[in-house]
Amino acid sequence: MAWLVVRIAFSVCLLYTALAVFEDQVGKFDWRQQFIGKVRFALFDTHSQASKKLLVATDKNVFASLNSRTGDFFWRHVDKTGPEGHIDSLLMDGQDAVVVIGNGRLLRSWETTVGGLKWETVLDTGSFQAAALVGVQGFVKYVAVLKKTAISFHDLTSGSQIWVENLPDSDSVQYQTIYSGGNGLLFVLGVVPNSHIVIVEYKMEDGEIMNKKSVEAAWMSSLESSCAVISSGILLCVDPITQSLYTLLLQSTEQKDMKQIHLQTLDLEVASGFQPVLTSTQPNPAQPPLAEFFLQLSPDHHILLQHKDGLIAPLRDFSPSNLVAFATTGEKTVAAVMSLKNDTACSINLFSAETGRRHLDTTIIYHMDPSGGKPNRMYVHAFLKKDDSVGYRVMVQMEDHTLTFLQQPGRVVWTREEALADVVAMEMVDLPLTGTQAELEGEFGKKADGLLPMVLKRLSSQFILLQAWLAHLWKLFYDARKPRSSVRNEVTIETLSRDEFNLQKMMVMVTASGKLFGIESKSGTVLWKHFLENINPNSVFKLMVQRTTAHFPHPPQCTLLIKDKDTGLGSLHVFNPIFGKRSHTSVPALPRPIIQSLLLPLIDQDYAKVLLLIDDQYKVTAFPSTKNVLQQLQDKASSIFFYLVESSQGKLSGFRLRKDLSTELIWEVVIPTEAQKIVAVKGKRVNEHVHSQGRVMGDRSVLYKYLNPNLLAVVTESTDTHQERSFVGIFLIDGVTGRIVHEAVQRKARGPVHFVHSENWMVYVYWNAKFRRNEFSVLELFEGAELYNSTVFSSLDRPHPPQVLQQSYIFPAPISTLEATLTEKGITSRHLLVGLTSGNILSLPKIFLDPRRPEVVSEQSREENLIPYAPEMPIRTEWFINYNQTVSRVRGLYTAPSGLESTCLVVAYGLDIYQTRVFPSKQFDVLKDDYDYVLISSVLFGLFFATMISKRLAEVKLLNRAWR
Amino acid sequence: MATMRGLSLILSVLSAITLLWTELGECNNHRRSGEVVDTDFSGFSVPLEHSFEMDDVPRFRLRGALQFRGGRENSVYLSQNQLSEKDRNTLKDVAAVDGIYRIRVPRVSLQADWQTERRSEGYLSAFVRACSLVESNLSDVITLHTDVSGYVIGISMVTIPGSCRGIEMEDEVDLELFNTTISVVAPVTAPSPETAPFIERMEQEMEKKGKNPQEQKSFFAKYWYLILGGAVFLMATSSAQTPPGGAREQS
Repeated sequence: MAWLVVRIAFSVCLLYTALAVFEDQVGKFDWRQQFIGKVRFALFDTHSQASKKLLVATDKNVFASLNSRTGDFFWRHVDKTGPEGHIDSLLMDGQDAVVVIGNGRLLRSWETTVGGLKWETVLDTGSFQAAALVGVQGFVKYVAVLKKTAISFHDLTSGSQIWVENLPDSDSVQYQTIYSGGNGLLFVLGVVPNSHIVIVEYKMEDGEIMNKKSVEAAWMSSLESSCAVISSGILLCVDPITQSLYTLLLQSTEQKDMKQIHLQTLDLEVASGFQPVLTSTQPNPAQPPLAEFFLQLSPDHHILLQHKDGLIAPLRDFSPSNLVAFATTGEKTVAAVMSLKNDTACSINLFSAETGRRHLDTTIIYHMDPSGGKPNRMYVHAFLKKDDSVGYRVMVQMEDHTLTFLQQPGRVVWTREEALADVVAMEMVDLPLTGTQAELEGEFGKKADGLLPMVLKRLSSQFILLQAWLAHLWKLFYDARKPRSSVRNEVTIETLSRDEFNLQKMMVMVTASGKLFGIESKSGTVLWKHFLENINPNSVFKLMVQRTTAHFPHPPQCTLLIKDKDTGLGSLHVFNPIFGKRSHTSVPALPRPIIQSLLLPLIDQDYAKVLLLIDDQYKVTAFPSTKNVLQQLQDKASSIFFYLVESSQGKLSGFRLRKDLSTELIWEVVIPTEAQKIVAVKGKRVNEHVHSQGRVMGDRSVLYKYLNPNLLAVVTESTDTHQERSFVGIFLIDGVTGRIVHEAVQRKARGPVHFVHSENWMVYVYWNAKFRRNEFSVLELFEGAELYNSTVFSSLDRPHPPQVLQQSYIFPAPISTLEATLTEKGITSRHLLVGLTSGNILSLPKIFLDPRRPEVVSEQSREENLIPYAPEMPIRTEWFINYNQTVSRVRGLYTAPSGLESTCLVVAYGLDIYQTRVFPSKQFDVLKDDYDYVLISSVLFGLFFATMISKRLAEVKLLNRAWR
Repeated sequence: MATMRGLSLILSVLSAITLLWTELGECNNHRRSGEVVDTDFSGFSVPLEHSFEMDDVPRFRLRGALQFRGGRENSVYLSQNQLSEKDRNTLKDVAAVDGIYRIRVPRVSLQADWQTERRSEGYLSAFVRACSLVESNLSDVITLHTDVSGYVIGISMVTIPGSCRGIEMEDEVDLELFNTTISVVAPVTAPSPETAPFIERMEQEMEKKGKNPQEQKSFFAKYWYLILGGAVFLMATSSAQTPPGGAREQS
């Protein structure tokens, strides 16, 4: 019987916490955007004229096919992260795309229409050098893969290896390129730096070495960067030092030296310090390359040259020209040349490759986004028009990883913001008030100046409200007459305003490439973007909201601290998070490396929070640093503490601010690095509210929570990785006093450790090395049955250590990130959001992670609604908040409270971005979508009239009775 | 025999007391002021230093000696000096301006075998507000935290009570002797998921179910009489209602 009761209680609990999206709610308040990352290879399907396919391979190990008309995916394959899934090469022939993966580990062939895998071959070990399609008699039949020490030859239809040969003298010669002109011979070109070039000639059928020769080239260091093969097997190299071109006929046995052609004889000169680049084209792997090639002499100077009868002649000089590309359609090969007009506009023109003559009416004028950096690469898709002239489309890749697809005469067909594939930090900012709301707000903000002006002010603002309402009504009426489809609620930066429940916010995202985005959270529209130029690729970003939208008329203000990883030098970018514009505030110069930054709860006279930056000499810089701020800092100096972590030495130290803005060391904790190293330190979120001070126990007593806002959770991992001796250390340290509040060791555990630190609890996930499974552990801290000081918490005055309860559970899925829900007032029960590597996001009720879950059920635990302990954590598919919208490679989850207590906004980012809302305690403060207003109002009215009528009847009856 | 039992009892009580003694290390205070604490103890000792200055620049002086005893449980014993007249006045002055009182110990390992290996570079430090130390009459709790391998990683100090009410201390109150509770805390081992007791409990549940044959029966076996009764009742009522309907049909 007891068991039954427990079961019922359990299922009631589950019912209470059950959450899922109904079918008709799909996409109503959630959206997903998918990305691919920075494109490394892009190929257009030139197989058929009408093809819309565009194959791309990126640095995020993604291989995808894009629709070139819309920019959407046909399909996308996400491979393993890191070097294991690195895409080395992408080749395409007809319907097949051949990809080399993981430094030459795998060779795969994909069917490009549906994205199905045709075959896969595991290659021999060895570092990858080059891959090429090889044709014979006009048809592409093979693929050759060059490794450091061997070359293998594969059949294109089945992937089977036809032959593999070791390369001669591979320990001294660096083999770098393969060339085949479709005549049954395969050339492997290698170089001994600053000595000679080695050319090995293989027979295609059996891999027999037909010929091997070495040619003197003392000036050459790398084949790849300075050479190209043109016309019928002529190796062309360029040497910037002697300012000359060298040619060598690959097949001839007579030519023993490279033929030198001075650039001066062609009236050309390489810009000093510039490594010239040769660009040739081989439209069909089964045919020799064209005799025409580009030579880049300086960053904005290209020349089209032609090799004819052993002589090189310039066809056309392009100056200025920033990017060039060849493209072939049918028999025609064209060259597209892009030249920058000014900072925001560039023009692209098409030229005939054979003659260098310009094609008429082929100019594309492209107006670039002024905040997007420079174009980096250009991919051209040429096609034959009906009148047999050549038309083309261009995909431009910008410095900020943006892909833009252009059409004649300059129309932007689509744009993909691929920087968003690598979001590193984000914040959500409230939208500004509407004009009318701001008007009312302004009224209260102003100082009272007499009774009459106040009344007039109120009347005028009421009038404005009335006006706005009438305008709204008129708009409604106007829209109602239009067909429904034409009414579109497009969000633009002008129409941005806060909604009733503050559910719509501005997501400010910082990406690794240094591009900032402002995304409206309801629809996912990018409202503004800003590319920070001159950012080192491995910078660390920290985004802080200094002033929220709440302080009208002061605009909101965000500050981005950009820190160079190598030098530690920092810089500040201050901007308005709603419009993305840089603020015109004076930013302090930061000459020394920044080691810590903290946002104080102090505000200056303009309601901006004070940001303290601490440099490596423990000097403090305040931003903003007005007189008011400095005065406040002096007054509060003795209560401003901060901590520093030096994980290389295992040192945690605490500092206190002095009145003169210098600092003093006040505590030190050193965790010896021989045994363990600090992997993460996390405090609590500043905007977190805790509604209840304690928990009511079964016997009606209260167990008070230990709510220390200064508590730091420090996680260490053992240096010994043996499965029996490895451990994960958990330290809870008070950030003010340096007191170690709790210290625990999870034995036989290994990282990566993900953890959430909130309220009076901490949840962490680790890998159990012994049982080979993921485990969850929850720590809760309680003060006990009595509060030491119930009015205020001070780290300096809390002598009794808290009681610590801990419990662990098995979690049957791999985890990539962890976060907790956050609501406005903290009344709603908490859920843990678990980002799984499968791409799902699990919303796990915190009730399951409660160290007080009893082993044996008792009356009291039932009273308290505690679920009996079960070692395995359940995973229910209805707890997946993103149903089937999986988020590839979730790296972070961001939660923000909304204006509704029941609702928490969630953003998951990784390769994709997913935004949704969660209701941890269901929507207790919202009427349901299908709420029957008609029924309830008709019942109300009905009852009202019934009362009226019955009252009348009763009166009549009374009167009649009185007459009787 | 009886005496033997008594003796062993006493012995056990005594050992319990000494254990308590070493565990808590309730400190006694040597009245030999200014004297360097003797270190010829089994185990080893490290200095505990403190600093309280009006200008807030730390100048550490010896406060006492921490004596560690080897063995399984890390017991620690603190012998400390008495505060001198000058120190007392300084402490009161520091407390008056809300200065801080710092302590520090060198980084040591409690497990290493060689004296030379015990010491490492640097110190571990902590602080309290000087006023709270004064107001608590120098009664404090010092805890040394060690890591898994026995290295001391941190020191923490609290005074009981920990608050600063700002009450004027009478001059008679002797700020001479520290009333210190000292302990060494090693990390606790975090629990793993407890599968064995859970399975055991499940088995017990199953056994209980097996023992009670009442619950083994199927739904029909248990309530056959109710179902039958219901069916009979239904049949009876339906047959009773048919005649009137049939009569109406005929008319």
